[in-house]
Amino acid sequence: MEELIVTPDTQLACKPSDYRSDLKPVWCPGCGDYHVLMAFTRAFAQLAVPAEQIAVISGIGCSSRIPAYTNCYGFHGVHGRSLALASGLKVTRPDLTVVVASGDGDGYSIGGNHFLHACRRNIDMTYVVMDNRVYGMTKGQPSPTTEPDFDTAISPGGTGLSPFHPLVNALASGANFIARCFAGEPNETAAILVEAIRHPGFSFVEILSPCVTYRPDQKQWKDLVHPAPVAATNDPAKAARRIMTDDGFNIGILYRGERRPYQPKFQPQSLDPSVLEQEFEI
Amino acid sequence: MTEVENLSIAIVGSGGAGALTSGNLLLEAATAAGWYGLLTRTVGPQIRGGEAAALIRLASRPVECLADRFDLLIGIDWLNANRFGAEIEVGPHSLVISDPRGGDLPDFVKNSGARVVEIPMKEMAKSILEGRPNMIALGIVAKLVGLNQEVFTALIEKRLAEKGQVASQGSRLALQAGVAAAAAVQFDRRLAPAVAGKKRWLVSGNETTGFGAIRGGVRFAAAYPITPASEILEWLAPRLAKVGGVLLQAEDELASINMIIGASFGGTPALTATSGPGLSLMIEALGLATAAEIPIVVVDVMRGGPSTGIPTKSEQADLNIAIYGFHGDAPHLVLAPQSVGDCLFTTQWATYLAEALQAPAIVLSDQFLGQTVAAIERPADVAFIGERIRHTGSEAPYQRYALAANGISPMAIPGMRGAQYTAEGLTHSERGTPTSGAAEHRLQLDKRRDKLEQFTFGDHWATLEGTGDVAVVTWGSLTGAAREAIELAGRDGIAVRLVAPRLLLPVQNARFTAALDGVKRLLVVEQSHSGQFYRYLRAHYDLPGETRVLHRPGPFPIRPSEIHQAIAEWRS
Repeated sequence: MEELIVTPDTQLACKPSDYRSDLKPVWCPGCGDYHVLMAFTRAFAQLAVPAEQIAVISGIGCSSRIPAYTNCYGFHGVHGRSLALASGLKVTRPDLTVVVASGDGDGYSIGGNHFLHACRRNIDMTYVVMDNRVYGMTKGQPSPTTEPDFDTAISPGGTGLSPFHPLVNALASGANFIARCFAGEPNETAAILVEAIRHPGFSFVEILSPCVTYRPDQKQWKDLVHPAPVAATNDPAKAARRIMTDDGFNIGILYRGERRPYQPKFQPQSLDPSVLEQEFEI
Repeated sequence: MTEVENLSIAIVGSGGAGALTSGNLLLEAATAAGWYGLLTRTVGPQIRGGEAAALIRLASRPVECLADRFDLLIGIDWLNANRFGAEIEVGPHSLVISDPRGGDLPDFVKNSGARVVEIPMKEMAKSILEGRPNMIALGIVAKLVGLNQEVFTALIEKRLAEKGQVASQGSRLALQAGVAAAAAVQFDRRLAPAVAGKKRWLVSGNETTGFGAIRGGVRFAAAYPITPASEILEWLAPRLAKVGGVLLQAEDELASINMIIGASFGGTPALTATSGPGLSLMIEALGLATAAEIPIVVVDVMRGGPSTGIPTKSEQADLNIAIYGFHGDAPHLVLAPQSVGDCLFTTQWATYLAEALQAPAIVLSDQFLGQTVAAIERPADVAFIGERIRHTGSEAPYQRYALAANGISPMAIPGMRGAQYTAEGLTHSERGTPTSGAAEHRLQLDKRRDKLEQFTFGDHWATLEGTGDVAVVTWGSLTGAAREAIELAGRDGIAVRLVAPRLLLPVQNARFTAALDGVKRLLVVEQSHSGQFYRYLRAHYDLPGETRVLHRPGPFPIRPSEIHQAIAEWRS
């Protein structure tokens, strides 16, 4: 990460470093997730939301270690359930900025059902999936986004299965904002995260985040990625066509929906609970 | 004519015959007339069209279980009624009202020696516009037990108003016809007048559970539908909103448990309710709540298991999973309510304890408690309101999992400046930083154990009644049946103690030992096939004297006479 140059933004009242904890990440040198962390702190600084007003929620996996590396409130929960945990938090604490961090195994495999329902529910939060198409923490097994011919110990010769398409699923399930980023471009990623967090409802940001250890082939990603040629659409049909036909390296905001976020009324206190017993009285 | 303290009535009919409607109206009317009582429904898992029976016990004082035998059985019809044979015990003491056109008498009635009186309920109903046989049946019961007809008339107006004038008129006339038809029927029992003056509620255990949650401070619930727990969630949904809370329907139980962990992390006391299959799915995240020290309450309304089991019927066989289900060493709270009314206290107390100890609490209710509707004395108010110790900002830097003397470290809530931390399911340091070091692992395991073991739970840990060198040790919904059995034994001159722990985890060794001081015979009573409660007792406590175990699986609750008999036989 040292060789990466981040443009300092002196106009910001908050510095990215305000949002970074003093913990040293467990990630391998060169892991894309370092850049995602950098994008997080830059985005938070640009939003100028106080760190204590942000909650970063995650599950299990390399990417899910990110909460403790920020200086925000965090929750490193169980595998695959970060969206559910974050949903319970956000509906009861609508004042907080809730960002959920996940990976392709945590988010699309064990947590797949929650992904669909979080999109459908459209609670105002941002879901960031660091996709490296492999289970890194458990040492190299295929994930739902792994290519069918990727040879691993658990699936010799490859899985033979078509990869899961997260963006199409997000759109079909009702996500209100869909973007694809590349970890190697933290400034661009930060800018997209700012928009994702600002956008009302459920924002889904897929970040291509290379795994240097188990997917050294992903070093090529920096040459394959390219900015999305046209601006984001608010038309789900157009977005579907674009997302389904692009090459998977199309970077940018691809869809901005206009669905109303789900936020049940949550008023700290109203009726005295003892009134409720009247209905039991004979 | 004998005046009795309680009368048991079963109303049976095929799907759509309205047996349950009659049962509900009967209990409601008896309650309005000042009596106590309870009603359990017995149905198959089908949504419509199956047979149904309303099992009702009316009494002059509070009752907490069904009686052993039925005084009165009304068959609106007998289609498939044989399946109730094991549940509805009738004998020479019983009166059976049968419709000659309702099909053949079921074997369990034919072979019982019960007196059978035929009344053509269907035919009578046909002659009344919008008249229905179940209302005729209700009229018959009303007359036989001595319930005032006017109470019913008012109820019918109230309950059937939305069905229109003709329907309620038809119901009223059918009821009158039933009353008239029963005038010639001999029935030698009348219910004694009720002890008056106490404030009473007509309520189900699932409702009191919901109310207990709100009283304890729960303001967020996550819900995934499951029989027989859904009514807790349905009761909570609109009422939480009224008291400034919210309920969120989850996509599955994995989500609901994690949603309440998220809400609680944010500072809102949170609960979910489920049954065995759902609890199984929640166990991993319950371990997370233990490790990350997040207060939550999970109510398990137990049903027959394993697997899908018997969703509509009761069993006490989730004790093992509640106590031992978590992987790793995971100290937590397990509590069990003992009656419909106690569901309120126990859930409220569980919420208080979860918050005070920053640990998950499992409340083991069951289908019998949850779905029984009972007229009970209003439970006493208790002051338990869940409130966790919050970080005040004084100590810096903030360490979420600091090794406090009592094991309970102050909790910061998101939004609080300067106390940001990451709640952690990995083994962690005091600050919350993941570690795999032996020393920190041990320290945090000790901390989580100590905070539960050092806490003073007080007298609520168990129900302790009576004296003598014989003790019945039971738990949960069987407490009421055990209490009745002990009363029966008392009439035989045998003094028996009742020991029913409400707090199952953490175990209360000194208190338990004191409760059984001097006991020579100990009868364990539980509703499980493998004797889970007995094994739990053996694992954690020294059992004095001789021990016997009365245990059988669900779905039919162990009745007072079975416990009484076990006591009497052992004695002689």
